[in-house]
Amino acid sequence: MKERAEVVVIGGGINGSAIAYELAKRGKEVVVVERKWLAYGATGRCGAGIRQQWSTKENALLAKKSVEIFEKLEEELGHEIGLRQGGYLIAIHDEEDMKQAKKNVEMQRSIGLPVRIIGEDEIKEIAPILDPKGMEAIAATFCPTDGHANPFKTTYAYAMAAQKMGAEFYKFTEVQDIKVEDGKVKKVITDKGEIETKWVVNAAGAWSSKISKMVGLEIPNKPVRKEAMVTEPVKRTFDCMVISFKHGIYFSQQDEGQILGGIPSPEEKVGYYTQPTFSFLRHMAYTLGKYAPPLKHVRILRQWTGFYDVTPDALPILGETDIEGFIQCNGFSGHGFMIAPMTAKLLAQLICGEKLDMDIERLNMSRFEGEIVEEKSVVG
Amino acid sequence: MKIVCRCEDITEEDIIRAIEEYGCTTLAELKQILRLGMGHCQGRTCLPIAAKILARKTGKSMEEIMPSFRPPVVSIEVGVIAKKVKK
Repeated sequence: MKERAEVVVIGGGINGSAIAYELAKRGKEVVVVERKWLAYGATGRCGAGIRQQWSTKENALLAKKSVEIFEKLEEELGHEIGLRQGGYLIAIHDEEDMKQAKKNVEMQRSIGLPVRIIGEDEIKEIAPILDPKGMEAIAATFCPTDGHANPFKTTYAYAMAAQKMGAEFYKFTEVQDIKVEDGKVKKVITDKGEIETKWVVNAAGAWSSKISKMVGLEIPNKPVRKEAMVTEPVKRTFDCMVISFKHGIYFSQQDEGQILGGIPSPEEKVGYYTQPTFSFLRHMAYTLGKYAPPLKHVRILRQWTGFYDVTPDALPILGETDIEGFIQCNGFSGHGFMIAPMTAKLLAQLICGEKLDMDIERLNMSRFEGEIVEEKSVVG
Repeated sequence: MKIVCRCEDITEEDIIRAIEEYGCTTLAELKQILRLGMGHCQGRTCLPIAAKILARKTGKSMEEIMPSFRPPVVSIEVGVIAKKVKK
């Protein structure tokens, strides 16, 4: 283990790995400290979706810019990431939903996203497997450039590329404390040794509030157990991710043919709970069968849990803090994977003193001192 | 060529290559990279074999390597367990 590095990134998920790459690319000496293995936490347990249809402009822009990066990422990193753009179909259930959808679509189109509102007929055209009646849908919004990528492959793609440029990754290494001197980050203490540094990036996902406490900063993030399941692989049947904010369900067909999805668990709890629940599986199976009746006959292979690192407004916490050199990169509230490419680029620009491609002041942790504008488009 | 994971068609060579290229020391990492154990049998056939290869390559003991299993124990049709849950 190195005794000093310019930047220490805490957390080897998609965001930590992507930041390491963006920093290494800019010539920074960077190390990543990961308590388990790469993509152990939320990244490796997520729904793999890439959605640009958000209700807040910050998220929509981060997602749009990230998709632009995702589209060229295999070439840039020299490793496959399994990107497929089959679109996101978001159910609209009633007039109130329609009002919010129209507002969202207007904002999304204003930043150049090819989103549109579609009727029941077009829902059936895009995904014949869907039953609008069972979905209780009167319409939907659809963005054809949304899609999904493989979170494992994408994380490894970033990590391998970062390592080729000199970044070092320390797996199975736990951060125990962070030393601060004169209001500046000084040293990261791990169970394998100490690393002197000027910059620490807190990309520890559901454990970010614990890391933050080490430098005396309180962040409002809460770990929430989320559940997902996957079926056996079946013939390619539909290309889009299907979601509903009302029912909280999301599901899609992955590259190998399996149906992967999630829904809020009836026993949803805040805290570090990892036990999968049977009630989730039944609730998911019931709702999936309503949305796509033929899927009732597909067999479920496994279920698992992971954490959303949830903030009060469901927006991430990004950027500088009162402790010089301590950078927040957490609170993704269930959508850290899809906005990682742009997030990583922006934070690398911040650390390197470059001009940022996009203003992220609104996402600073200081926003919680004022009135917050909540992201409404959350599922799972 | 020796097939280790029949569901996902993974060979011993694939596993050794993943260990060497990616520096894997756990089954979880092999699973992420190769889809080892993610098929129909849920790793009940291949994981002990893969664990032995991993033990041989890394010098770890089998006990350190073998994982926990995710429910359900056998695959089950969606429609069979579907149940509406009141909020």
